Amino acid sequence: MSDIADRVKKIVVEHLSVDEDKVTESASFIDDLGADSLDTVELVMAFEEEFGIEIPDDAAETIQTFGDAVKFISEAA
Amino acid sequence: MRRVVVTGLGMISPLACGVEETWSRLLDGESGAGPITRFDPERVTTKYACEVPLGDGTDGTFNPDDWMAPKERRKVDDFILFAIAAADQAVQDAGWAPEDEESLLRTGVMIGSGIGGLSSIADTAILMNEKGPRRVSPFFIPGSLINLASGQVSIRHGFKGPNHAVVTACSTGAHAIGDASRLIAFGDADVMVAGGAESAICELGIAGFNACKALSTKRADDPKAASRPWDSERDGFVMGEGAGVVVLEEYEHAKARGAKIYAEILGYGMSGDAYHITAPSEDGDGGFRSMKAALARAGLEPDAIDYINAHGTSTMADTIEMGAVERLLGDAAGKATMSSTKSSVGHLLGAAGAVEAIFSILAIRDQVAPPTINLDTPPEGAKIDLAPNGKREREINVALSNSFGFGGTNATLVIGKVDG
Repeated sequence: MSDIADRVKKIVVEHLSVDEDKVTESASFIDDLGADSLDTVELVMAFEEEFGIEIPDDAAETIQTFGDAVKFISEAA
Repeated sequence: MRRVVVTGLGMISPLACGVEETWSRLLDGESGAGPITRFDPERVTTKYACEVPLGDGTDGTFNPDDWMAPKERRKVDDFILFAIAAADQAVQDAGWAPEDEESLLRTGVMIGSGIGGLSSIADTAILMNEKGPRRVSPFFIPGSLINLASGQVSIRHGFKGPNHAVVTACSTGAHAIGDASRLIAFGDADVMVAGGAESAICELGIAGFNACKALSTKRADDPKAASRPWDSERDGFVMGEGAGVVVLEEYEHAKARGAKIYAEILGYGMSGDAYHITAPSEDGDGGFRSMKAALARAGLEPDAIDYINAHGTSTMADTIEMGAVERLLGDAAGKATMSSTKSSVGHLLGAAGAVEAIFSILAIRDQVAPPTINLDTPPEGAKIDLAPNGKREREINVALSNSFGFGGTNATLVIGKVDG
């Protein structure tokens, strides 16, 4: 797994208090990892902070799964 | 009007986590004061406060993990955490865990706060200044709003009745219990979870009350002696934190389910000073009218009062309240006992009226008036026993609890023993 994926996973595990092995490529933050809409806002903020990037609101709405997040950040960072 | 009784108690105080632990320490004359640890107090004048003792949950300490998962706790200010914990205790004590829809619809929540999420507001303002508005957490607003204490408790227990929050500074807790009682008396609910919560021991909170010249400043060398209501050497209040929550219930409802009944809310009075933003009027007329209204509602004469839990903050206002009480009681002042439990727990601001109502209820249950500690030199000519430095084991059938707040807002509860 890439360095970016490891860092994203760490943030997801910390913020959502979920087991690391639940954070799979297709795991949906809301449907599979127990997040609500405010949790996802906070997650995106944490990604921005960690990677020093800005994720516009319309882009943030497309980030639904762990895989989406890694893909977006890999392209942006 | 329907009768309202108290069937559950919950408390997080500077003396302990839990009602009975706090009560036994209070009767033993302990103080919850100590050096401030919540933040570095170097820049503020007052460097001591009455903080809730944090720990692993043993020996009366408060362990946040026992009440809320770390993930959820990050989303709320401490006043909400304290409210949730005290409400859990009260609901459990009352044995009120209904699952049928009708009971849930008839159970409401009214937990207030004087200031709400002050430390969250301060921290977030600093964060925004440093990193910009995009770094403001989505949980900042719902974690700071005062009515989110009631909201969180309602969500946690599924209570779908009236959901309300009182904000009347240091009268909040008393107003919440009084207003919630009225909702039951009027039939809007059968059960109400009511009280107050506060967590304003942060740099901005201490600095703000220091600026008002309201806090004790002179006893950094001996914080436990700093809160000294009525004493000639008092120099301001000591800030406390925590929460007090009670379960109020319609009398027949409580009897029908065989609930343990602690006491009855007999009367509730309110008044406004219309005088000054932070000081009470010197004749104590606001407090007097509040007490008088509560007694009238209870249908009692002043000589029925056995115990008074005073507002008594350890400020110059203490003797104004004493004057109002003596004016109210007249010749009966000699047979009543009045104490200020703020001498032990400090001033819990919006939670004060709720924890003090609980102390008044326990005074009735155990027939003992808690002491006013640190009262070495009572005011000359006091006609009423102020329980200096020792609890009073005595007959207590009726207790009165006063709360007065900035803005000249006054509330009085009259609480009575229920026989049988």
